[in-house]
Amino acid sequence: MTGFLEFLLIAVKCVAVFAVVMTGVPFMVWFERKAVAHFQSRLGPMYVGPHGILQPFADAIKLMFKEDFVPPQADKVIYYIAPLIGITTAFLGFSVIPFGPDTTLFGLVKTPLSLQLTDLNIGLLIVFSATAMGVYGIVLAGWSSNSKYALLGALRSTAQMASYELSLGLSTVAVLMLAGSLSLNSIVSAQSGYFAGFVPRWFIFQAPMGFLAFLLYFICGVAETNRAPFDFPEAEQELVAGFHTEYSSMKFAMFFMSEYINMIGVSCLATTLFLGGWNGWGASPGTSYGWIVGLGWFVVKVLFLLFVYVWLRATLPRLRYDQLMAFGWKFLFPLSMANILATAVWISLRAA
Amino acid sequence: MIAIAAFFLLAAIAVASAVAMLFQRNAVNSCLCLVLAFFALAGLYVLLGSPFIAAIQVIVYAGAIMVLFLFVIMLLNLTAREQPQKRPRVLPFAVAFGLMLFIELVVALRSPAGQVAASRAPETTVEEIGTQLFTHYIYPFELSSVLILAAIVGAVMLAKKKL
Repeated sequence: MTGFLEFLLIAVKCVAVFAVVMTGVPFMVWFERKAVAHFQSRLGPMYVGPHGILQPFADAIKLMFKEDFVPPQADKVIYYIAPLIGITTAFLGFSVIPFGPDTTLFGLVKTPLSLQLTDLNIGLLIVFSATAMGVYGIVLAGWSSNSKYALLGALRSTAQMASYELSLGLSTVAVLMLAGSLSLNSIVSAQSGYFAGFVPRWFIFQAPMGFLAFLLYFICGVAETNRAPFDFPEAEQELVAGFHTEYSSMKFAMFFMSEYINMIGVSCLATTLFLGGWNGWGASPGTSYGWIVGLGWFVVKVLFLLFVYVWLRATLPRLRYDQLMAFGWKFLFPLSMANILATAVWISLRAA
Repeated sequence: MIAIAAFFLLAAIAVASAVAMLFQRNAVNSCLCLVLAFFALAGLYVLLGSPFIAAIQVIVYAGAIMVLFLFVIMLLNLTAREQPQKRPRVLPFAVAFGLMLFIELVVALRSPAGQVAASRAPETTVEEIGTQLFTHYIYPFELSSVLILAAIVGAVMLAKKKL
């Protein structure tokens, strides 16, 4: 019986994470449109619902009822599976992220329930393998649609994502060295407590290298999710719409959803690795309300990072393509290597 | 029981996708079959108790190397018409080397060293692998890094003579 209950709990947790992220996407689209509009002294969507809050749902309904057109020259099988790869890999990363401290749900369950789908001791690598596989969604979409614009977008994205993945991975190594573990749960617990009573021991405050690593990670994360100022795979002035030019209806929507899910995923991971995860004032696993506060802290930090995403998009113009490559390989990559060395020195000095 | 079923399923996928890779007309499809084979291999590593190696397999082989393969194939833009024809000159060599490899495998598997049954890895935390790499296997590790460096220098030489 307990086996069945455990299985049920895991299933409920999976569905809950899926549902929260899925409903988060339309609100994120709405928030982005509103925020960018206000950055540009416009109002943004106003007609559907109060302040256009229902606009994304109207868009979703419109997308569902659009004609699902498949280009006759397309490679049918790959054309169909490409958006599926994109959205599946986008969701995979959430399986190892701890959203809050363990809880008994006010005494509802006997053994404390972990607010994390699974705690693997290679947690971070799971996220990275999901990101690595996410490239296929875009590449195959661009290739299988048999269109020049889509192919160019896909080629750009392969080069970009393969280049920035390196620095993305290396920037997290500093955190792994400080925490001494790949499990995201232990990384979060390594960040609990305070310096001098009030400065939280988050990795961005623990060492100067932690802060640099956070900046590196976030820049690479923006590039990895193909967001402005690194939105080359879909640079509309040059490529119509890039890799998803030939996609319509729900398949098009799936690419958009996976982009936003990836943004949420990168923000969740950045929160977990650098901003202390669910750690914050008042978030302790011991008290009965501590888990809600922890969950709240996690959500607040993720929302802030998502705002930074939008902020960047509204502020920075797109780079030129050679600038993008030079920036990734000649600046970010050496810097993240140097950061690892500096962290190693820091740790050995601190131990001495 | 579940482990055995999973093993046979993954092994079947690995072999089938490897064979399918050979017989695909389209280079992109071959590439994807190989990715699937790598995935099945990663699953086998998990069954052997090495999730770390499995994750590295997916990140490095399926994620990075095969994406670069796809990149090159897409740049070449092979259409069905322009598929390279089989060159008979190469065929004897291919058969000879294939046979040699096969014989080597058979000999290796029949020798006492090949009789070890696959077992779960004893202790495969990241720390353990790191310690092993930097103590017991330090020479192979350094040698392979030199080899990779030489390959990089060679690639730069070939591509950017004027640099």
